[in-house]
Amino acid sequence: MSGKQKNSGRPTAWRLFVNNRLALSGLVILSVIILLALLAPILPLASPDETAPAQRLIRPLGDGYLLGSDHLGRDLLSRLLWGTQVSIAVGLSATIVAAFFGSLIGLVAGYAGGKVDNSLMRGIDMVMAFPYILLALAIVAALGPGLMNALYAIAVVNIPFFARNIRGVTLGLARREFVDAARLSGKGHIRILLTEILPNVLPTIVITMSTTVGWMILETAGLSFLGLGAQPPQADLGSMLGEGRKLLFTAPHVSIIPGLMIFLLVMSINLMGDGIRDVLDPRLKSGALSRPMAKTEDARNITPGNRDQKTGTAMEVMNLRTEFQVGQEIYKAVGGVSFDLRPGECLGLVGESGSGKSVTAMSLLGLVPTPPGRIAGGEVRYEGEDLLGASLSRLQSLRGGKIAYVFQDPLSTLHPLFTVGDQICEAIRAHQPLGRAEAWKRAVELLNKVRIPNAERRAHDYPHQMSGGMRQRVGIAMALANDAEILVADEPTTALDVTVQAQVLKLLKELQRESDAALLFITHDFGVVSEICDRVAVMYAGRIVEVGSTDQILTRPAHPYTRKLIDCVPVMGRREKRLEAIAGLPPVVNRLPAGCAFADRCEAADDDCRKGELLLEEMSDRHAVRCRKAKEAA
Amino acid sequence: MSSYIAKRLLYAVPVLFGLTIIVFLIMAMIPGDPATAILGSYATPENVERLNRQLGLDKSLAEQYWIWLGNMLQGDFGRSYSLNRPVLDEVLERFGATLILAGSALLLCSILGLLAGVYSAVRQFGWGDRLITLFVLIGISLPSFWLGLLLILLFAVEWKLLPASGMYAIYGGGDLPDLIAHLTLPAITLSVVATGVIARLTRASMLEILRQDYIRTARAKGLGERRVIARHAFKSALVSVIPVIGIQAGFVLGGAVYIETVFQWPGIGRMLVQAIATRDILLVQGGVLIVAASYVLFNLLADVLQHKLDPRLKT
Ligand code: SF4
Repeated sequence: MSGKQKNSGRPTAWRLFVNNRLALSGLVILSVIILLALLAPILPLASPDETAPAQRLIRPLGDGYLLGSDHLGRDLLSRLLWGTQVSIAVGLSATIVAAFFGSLIGLVAGYAGGKVDNSLMRGIDMVMAFPYILLALAIVAALGPGLMNALYAIAVVNIPFFARNIRGVTLGLARREFVDAARLSGKGHIRILLTEILPNVLPTIVITMSTTVGWMILETAGLSFLGLGAQPPQADLGSMLGEGRKLLFTAPHVSIIPGLMIFLLVMSINLMGDGIRDVLDPRLKSGALSRPMAKTEDARNITPGNRDQKTGTAMEVMNLRTEFQVGQEIYKAVGGVSFDLRPGECLGLVGESGSGKSVTAMSLLGLVPTPPGRIAGGEVRYEGEDLLGASLSRLQSLRGGKIAYVFQDPLSTLHPLFTVGDQICEAIRAHQPLGRAEAWKRAVELLNKVRIPNAERRAHDYPHQMSGGMRQRVGIAMALANDAEILVADEPTTALDVTVQAQVLKLLKELQRESDAALLFITHDFGVVSEICDRVAVMYAGRIVEVGSTDQILTRPAHPYTRKLIDCVPVMGRREKRLEAIAGLPPVVNRLPAGCAFADRCEAADDDCRKGELLLEEMSDRHAVRCRKAKEAA
Repeated sequence: MSSYIAKRLLYAVPVLFGLTIIVFLIMAMIPGDPATAILGSYATPENVERLNRQLGLDKSLAEQYWIWLGNMLQGDFGRSYSLNRPVLDEVLERFGATLILAGSALLLCSILGLLAGVYSAVRQFGWGDRLITLFVLIGISLPSFWLGLLLILLFAVEWKLLPASGMYAIYGGGDLPDLIAHLTLPAITLSVVATGVIARLTRASMLEILRQDYIRTARAKGLGERRVIARHAFKSALVSVIPVIGIQAGFVLGGAVYIETVFQWPGIGRMLVQAIATRDILLVQGGVLIVAASYVLFNLLADVLQHKLDPRLKT
């Protein structure tokens, strides 16, 4: 991600803009229009006001009139170019006037804050309480029709857009250190506004200008169209359109042509405006996000059919590989993970964030978002079936049914706009043919089961009305809704505080025992592992580096990484123990080193460790390790 | 809920006051002798004198405002000199026609915009999405008054499918089908820009929402994709789009001025244009105030609707 960009440097704003094909075509169209309008005086054209009664209403392309003539026999092409000139000039002037006063108000309000800000913004809100054009009409009504008055009116109604945007940015800047510093150095307010703040709000002003100038051209043309702007003999595109309208049925070209010009003008400006905004403020870029599909893409070279599964396993994962493609880079988040899950057992999948443990869990039922994720290889077997290649409808029948998930942060994983009862009902009815009332009853039972007091009443609560612990109980209730055989819990207690964590953990354990479901428990915390897991698989950089029973791992950790993770567990009453986190960061999974991925952070590492492929080798009964030194050490 | 509505209504009162202040100030900008300007140059001396008294021009601006406001609160919006009838009567009559037009346009752009936006997001980068994106691009740059003329040429002149102007047929008609036939073209024209804006926003917010954790939860529950999108994602999108629909109400009410002129719809917009041309200032004043007030109510409606959908906004 970093290398390439460092070499070529950051792309310039201009490059970014030019790379945006739409914005570029906007620029080209606009340039052509402006050029033609500016060249109007020197092009071999008839005067726009020269009448020729004998040549009235000539159609386009007829008799030396490229675009035809109007009811007075005036050359439409000439009038069009002159009118375009007027329309652009008026729209641009209105934009500048609005930008000037709007920015001034915004700067003062944002910089002064307090009462000044309050009363200025009240005024702005009042102006915005008017329907846009209506206010302009009222102003024109007071000042009287005319092009200049239309210009003022349109400028005034656009002031609020500038004032609001600029005030927002200024408000943030006015509290920053460099402004304080300038103030302390004795600079006056006006100088600070002009030298410190204005340069920083300039991009916002430019963005607002580029997104409003099209509107202003359109609206001034509109006022002229209504007969309230340009008055004859002066003509802009709007007044041409307005006059032509009277001839709509006999000579439609007289009104269609100027309208087309307004449209092209406004569209090219809008295209450019979008481009400018994307360059100056990439956060607002629309449509940059891609939508995740309902199922992870299966990009394996071979799709293994169904076959018998290892006996005595609820689920068998073999050599699972999941990748993310971001731009040209491929991140191998899961690089060949294998494990068995037996009925009724709890297997802990442990590792730091970024180790690939969550992605492993999400891969099982195709819940890794595509794009950018995809399954690159391996098998996940449930009842002999290859789940990675299963159809979406098959996955949907398993999801929340035989295989259910409990997610990490229940505030973001529960839908904020539905009651918890409703959400549990939905989970039930996705898999059982129950009516609403029955499902609701069952939902309340489930809430009772996860020990939510007053379940009947709380079922009507929305997630935000519950505490974190209660919400996670709801998450668990949802997972239990259809008697799952396999529960996958992805850091279910990480977002909770310590006492609540213990309660939820205990509950989960009990419910799992009771239902005899297999539990795949993902966590980074060995303290939690010792509470709940029968077996543990430790993951590092997308692979399992050690696997064994909880007892084996906790008493005889064989991999240096496992030992460090265990050392990280806070010991009661000894906070400083936690500070002994593992030095260094896990490797980025788009460029894994040869040999042991942990070598850079391992104290026992030597040259041997950085060579070849390391295997997961059995140490003792079902205790396996991926480390060259493990055998010697043991 | 009803207490919330009451509270919002209460908040609307100062906004309405603000509107009257702004309109008053704009009218105070009129150059020259206000009474003559307001009544026009055809005014009789008696009328000028009466208005001068009515406006209390010897008093301060604030006092003038209070008197003016007091009169309006008593239903006295003055008399339109060009129509020779009370402003309030004329304005209320015209407002009904505008409400029908703007209301149907608003309904149309909400439905079409939401549908197009959702479809576009779900089929991101597909042909349907590209087509909709192109339509949006064109739609938001179209001068609506020009589009209206094009539609008249096509549907009324070329194909003779729909009437080109008015609200009812002059002979016969007057029933609902007749109204709908007359309403179709202006309502479509008026809704185009707003449809584009709403579609664009809906698409962006759907794309954002489909990446949320709670959508993954919905999928992990085993829900069908249709339900995930139509229920879980759409409801969230609606919550963020509704305020924008409220704002679009302002553009639609304002845009009605053009459309009513193009289609000779007997609404308040066309009345305003005529009133400005004849310098019938009192009529302008009344018309602007009633449309602005209805915009405030539209926004209030959007606000209440949003609160109804989003329980997090209730405290
Ligand atoms: S293989 Fe070498 S570097 Fe890797 S963990 Fe073992 S000792 Fe450390």
